[in-house]
Amino acid sequence: MIDVIIGHYNYWIVIVLMMAGFYTVISRGNLIKKIVGLNIFQTSVFLLYISIGYVSDGTAPIIAEGFTRYSNPLPHVLILTAIVVGVATTALGLALVIRIKEAYGTIEEDDIHNQDESL
Amino acid sequence: MIEQNLSLLLVVVPLLAAPIAAMLPNGRLPWLLALAVSWLCFILAAWQLMVVIDGDVIQYSLGGWAPPWGIEYRIDALNAIVALLVAAIAAVTLPYALLSIEQEINKEQLSLFYSVFLLCFVGLLGITQTGDIFNLFVFLEISSLSAYALIAMGRDRRALTAAFQYMIMGTIGATFFLIGVGLTYVETGTLNMLDLNQRLQPILEHRTVHTGFAFMVVGIALKLALFPLHLWLPNVYTYAPTAISVFLAATATKVAVYVMLRVVFGVFSNDFVSITPADDLFLLLGVIGVILASAAAISQHDVKRMLAYSSVAQISYMVLGMGFASVYGLTASIVHIFNHALMKGALFMAVGIIVYRIGSSRFKDMAGLGRQMPWTFAAIFIAGLSLIGVPGTAGFISKWYLMLAAIEQQAWPVALAILIGSLLAVIYMWKLIETLFFEKAEQHEIGQGVQQRSEAPLSLLLPLWLLVLANIYFGIETQVLLKATATAVDLLGVADYHE
Amino acid sequence: MSDTALLLTALCLPLFAVLGITLTSRWPNLREAVTLMSSALLSIAVFTIYMRFSGGAVFAIDIAEPLPGLMLRFEIEPLGMLLALVTSTLWFVTAIYAIGYMRKHNEENQTRFYALFAIAIGSALGAAFSGNLLTLFLWYEVLTVSTYPLVAHAGTKKARDGARTYIGILLTTSILFQLFAILITYSVAGTLDFSDGGILAGKLDPAWAGLLYALFIFGIGKAAVMPFHRWLPAAMVAPTPVSALLHAVAVVKVGVFTVLKVTVYIFGTDFITSSGASDWLIWFAGATILLASLVAMTQDNLKLRLAYSTISQLSYIVLGALLATDMGLLGGTMHIAMHAFAKITLFFAAGAILVAAHKTEISQLDGLGRQMPLTFVFFTIGACSIIGLPPFGGMWSKWYLAMGTLEAGQWVMLAVLLMSSLLNIAYLLVIPARAFFSQAREKNAYSGGEAPVSCLIAMAISSMMCIYLFIYPEPFYTLASMLVKQAP
Repeated sequence: MIDVIIGHYNYWIVIVLMMAGFYTVISRGNLIKKIVGLNIFQTSVFLLYISIGYVSDGTAPIIAEGFTRYSNPLPHVLILTAIVVGVATTALGLALVIRIKEAYGTIEEDDIHNQDESL
Repeated sequence: MIEQNLSLLLVVVPLLAAPIAAMLPNGRLPWLLALAVSWLCFILAAWQLMVVIDGDVIQYSLGGWAPPWGIEYRIDALNAIVALLVAAIAAVTLPYALLSIEQEINKEQLSLFYSVFLLCFVGLLGITQTGDIFNLFVFLEISSLSAYALIAMGRDRRALTAAFQYMIMGTIGATFFLIGVGLTYVETGTLNMLDLNQRLQPILEHRTVHTGFAFMVVGIALKLALFPLHLWLPNVYTYAPTAISVFLAATATKVAVYVMLRVVFGVFSNDFVSITPADDLFLLLGVIGVILASAAAISQHDVKRMLAYSSVAQISYMVLGMGFASVYGLTASIVHIFNHALMKGALFMAVGIIVYRIGSSRFKDMAGLGRQMPWTFAAIFIAGLSLIGVPGTAGFISKWYLMLAAIEQQAWPVALAILIGSLLAVIYMWKLIETLFFEKAEQHEIGQGVQQRSEAPLSLLLPLWLLVLANIYFGIETQVLLKATATAVDLLGVADYHE
Repeated sequence: MSDTALLLTALCLPLFAVLGITLTSRWPNLREAVTLMSSALLSIAVFTIYMRFSGGAVFAIDIAEPLPGLMLRFEIEPLGMLLALVTSTLWFVTAIYAIGYMRKHNEENQTRFYALFAIAIGSALGAAFSGNLLTLFLWYEVLTVSTYPLVAHAGTKKARDGARTYIGILLTTSILFQLFAILITYSVAGTLDFSDGGILAGKLDPAWAGLLYALFIFGIGKAAVMPFHRWLPAAMVAPTPVSALLHAVAVVKVGVFTVLKVTVYIFGTDFITSSGASDWLIWFAGATILLASLVAMTQDNLKLRLAYSTISQLSYIVLGALLATDMGLLGGTMHIAMHAFAKITLFFAAGAILVAAHKTEISQLDGLGRQMPLTFVFFTIGACSIIGLPPFGGMWSKWYLAMGTLEAGQWVMLAVLLMSSLLNIAYLLVIPARAFFSQAREKNAYSGGEAPVSCLIAMAISSMMCIYLFIYPEPFYTLASMLVKQAP
């Protein structure tokens, strides 16, 4: 039982981060906070990938003299791509928030909703 | 040999054109470039379909790296159909977009608009062309991000919040998909979809595989607006620029349906689906989606919003087909991917024409407009008939297969739900037709300066009627589409239903 | 001209008419000439087809294959031939009538009217010549949607509500019941082609035959079997030529035609009798006959009374089909023709009264016969044919239907038929009786003349046909007998 918890600690961290991020997205009304939550959520996924790529007693995946065991480089590559996607998403999100602030004068979801309802 | 390069060209050409469009001066040049690219891609996609229609498969290894280590583009009948659809819709929407976008978007943003449009185009085509599941994720995000940007350019400020909401939900969906990919990677060590299929066979019982499947399905379900994950769709379709509504309504969700088909049946296989609750879940959510979304469409005050809810219902039909997991069911889904794009594209274009003329898409502002805009009205009438599923139109073909799938499995409640969905469609389409046909006692003055109750210019009408006539054509001449679909279903490994 | 070419010409004539009408919209006389000429040509074409068909020629064309194994197919058989003859000749007659009516009534949007009329006739023709159930269903639906703008023509709130009921009931029944029935039939039989002896015998468990048959009967809403009949009175908001040709002839006859086709060529009369599929449906037909007649008696609006009369008469034909006996089929088939000519005369008269004297209610018609004698004479002729009195054509169909009930041992239905005839007398003959023999009420006094000439000509033709058909029931009797002979 302890073995399950300690041995899989990377998964637990991933789950905690994922839920924290997801919860932030859903529960917070401030648009910036939503983007923050989204980022945390995505980061947890990155950690998942990287942690599963680790090979026991393996070293960094760069060919060097005297090493025969390397961690799997593929997840690293995938995550680099995913990070870029995440950055693009964040940038787009923040740009949208600026435009929303200009149009509505607020970035609180409830206030925006109220303004739209009164239309 | 050349076919392999074709499949790459479909992605490379728009990708190169996008930054060029951004650098062109504002005016008609960016539009011209986008138009030329879309038509070229349409021809390429048609050629591609002809090559694979009998069961051949085109394979292209990126960078010369052999699969499964390298990224592979793999085209069979299924993605060829969807690729052709995306290209065809773009080719028809862009002529329409010339006038429509000029009216709705600031002149200074035109070249950027077409640049981002081309990026979205790249993303959608890339999804259909690729054979690598992570590559699929990347293209999915490319198309989604550019879609968020395009939607945000709508006139109404609610376009911004619609785009933001879509972004949040879409990113969560894509991330779920990514988790699913990660979990299957853990189990199999490969990202190539064909290879995944083979490697998953012996380990279908593993819980990790099930979890990965669940994450992927939910992620895609968010993108395809399956009930109850459809909440982003009505706002997006209502507030986006008209040409973007046309384009997205006809392509984005359809491509997501393709991804679902590919993942569920192509990667995980039919045998797997039957040991999970996935097929029953699809049936259940499909039925609820059809009934609730159609009912919601009836009570809307804005035509675009009504069509958005109608789209959710129609997508539920496609999901129903998947839930049956039989030859008839999948045929219905694939055929409806194509047919729904035709009918919804036509309807959104027609509404867009009305918006172009009177500046509003609310029911009460367009009373009696059918008399001043007879061609538009006739187009809505025919496209509406296709939506309802009247024989002689494309919509009938999809409904036929779907009903046969239901009757074959003696799923009487589902069969009834499908028919009731058609009846609800009659109600909300007829609401529109009645509004356009009958005058109201008082005429309304609309706030905007632009108001001209006369028939639309030809460059808006021609693409519209092209789609409308396609609806009738594909309701009668279905040889090519059905052949391609049959090949696709066969390649997905789905056999006839047995007791 | 080869058989195939002739058939295609006949089918495409209404299409060319639409083109011609829209192109000549700015010259009304020319436009009306297009309609007249097209309908005349169509009648000639259809009659030529009949001559060849009765001589043994076979007409069959496959147009396309929208679904694997299911063609869009045209094939002529006796029932369809009969419907085509009735529809095409009456289009010509109605065209004559409509000219006088629409102009005297100063109707708007006349181009739209004539064009849609042509499309509706084309669909009826397509239905008549359909070679399988899919093609028939296609034309059935096209007929529904193409007649919607005709019903809604006036553009008023009343028109909107009436048209809404019209399309609502027709589409609901066709999608929920008829389409469902067609799909089940296809799943069970593997085909939808019309065949002598039906395609279901041996494939469908007889226990389910009744349910499937009911789905068809109620799904074919155009046959106006209760409780799905309300669309017909609702459609009376349309201009009278529409009510006359479409809702006394084309639309409703396509409905009962479909019922007969399904009975004879999908189920097969033997299968129906052996499985008892129609046992409880007969009660619905009988009830419709009586109830509709009773309601007709309470209607003061002339067109509404005629509408309920039509509902009642349609169930005569449905009854003939449900009885599934030789005489029943013979009577039902002939009644398609007999009722068409008689009812159209009645509707023509109603429209003439509206357009000349501006009266719609029966209570306003007292003494009108003195000012409009011809109109009311024609009305009487039509009424007598409906009632089934000699020397009018309606007598034959009623006779054979009565024989049919005896053949099937359905005594109650015989009584229903007889009682209905009595009710017909009560609610129909009272109209010309009051028109001729009562005194006009002062405040409603009308001192104008007869209806417009073209209306009178049309009425004369259709009422003379009622008498003519009594003496020479050809070609309808011939066709009906052919149908009965080839249906085992």
